[in-house]
Amino acid sequence: MRFSLAVIPLVLFAALAGVFLMNIDKDSSVVPSVLIDKPAPDFSLPPLPGRDKGLSKADLTKGQVSVLNVFASWCVPCRAEHPLIKRLSREADIPVFGLNYKEKDPQDGVKWLAELGDPYTAVGMDLSGRTGIDFGVYGVPETFIIDGTGQIRYKHVGPVTVDVLENVLLPKIAELKG
Amino acid sequence: MTRRLLTLIGTLGVIMPLLAGNPAWAVNPDEMLSNPVLEKRARDISQELRCLVCQNQSIDDSDAELARDLRVLVRERLIAGDTNAEAIDYIVARYGDYVLLNPPLKPETYILWASPAVLAILALLAVFAFYRRKQREAAATTTSLSRDEQARLDEILGTSKDDGRA
Repeated sequence: MRFSLAVIPLVLFAALAGVFLMNIDKDSSVVPSVLIDKPAPDFSLPPLPGRDKGLSKADLTKGQVSVLNVFASWCVPCRAEHPLIKRLSREADIPVFGLNYKEKDPQDGVKWLAELGDPYTAVGMDLSGRTGIDFGVYGVPETFIIDGTGQIRYKHVGPVTVDVLENVLLPKIAELKG
Repeated sequence: MTRRLLTLIGTLGVIMPLLAGNPAWAVNPDEMLSNPVLEKRARDISQELRCLVCQNQSIDDSDAELARDLRVLVRERLIAGDTNAEAIDYIVARYGDYVLLNPPLKPETYILWASPAVLAILALLAVFAFYRRKQREAAATTTSLSRDEQARLDEILGTSKDDGRA
């Protein structure tokens, strides 16, 4: 009886230490999306100035796995991940759509893509940020993987890194392509 | 000199709180609704919603761009005729329960909500058990005097007769 009582704090400590250990690598600023395995919201965004194709829900429901990358010219991490979005577009062999989020000036996104290269199949311009809110965007860049029926299957918050691209996004896309 | 210092301190005392800023200032005048009832409801809702950019502030407190967009969105929903609950659900549908600063009571959060009561009960039981054991131990250690001790005590007290306790 005495012995078992003395063990309780030890067990509690071990349990707590276990919980902390499990969460030590977890980034608490990343909020899991509620939209996973739900249909992408309805939206229809105008094209960038000087282009004729915008982006709408219909582009995501054409029976093909696709990626939707939320970016902005004012977003520094977006610049950092841009080469990897290009690589993703080359290697995954699926449409990669861009959601140009909340530019101050509609021309900013155009200039940014002219400077860094444009890997996107189509880009929609979300000046108000409303479509972003419908997608639950809270910190650009964000990258969604959407299956052929228009269901959101995965979301990555923050810049895509080589590790994320090779070990998370590409395998996930390959799995969805079947 | 002292008077000047006091005046200075007094002046600072008036100015500093103004400079320090009121958290309500995160809500810009251009966002506010002209209808004071709707505006009050919008403020109440905003105080319940977490800003996902600066996660321990409500969107009412936060200066983040997204918080501003969400405040405007909440006001639009109210103008469109949403109840407070509907406006909150609209945001939750996009950002999840995490945006609620008050976690809702549902099967996933039963443990969360029950834990304070459970811990309090466990603590009370532990305290109760501790005192009961102490009491029992005290009772167990109070042994009677041995025959020799009793004799010695009687001798000191001057009573010669043994009362029979062993």
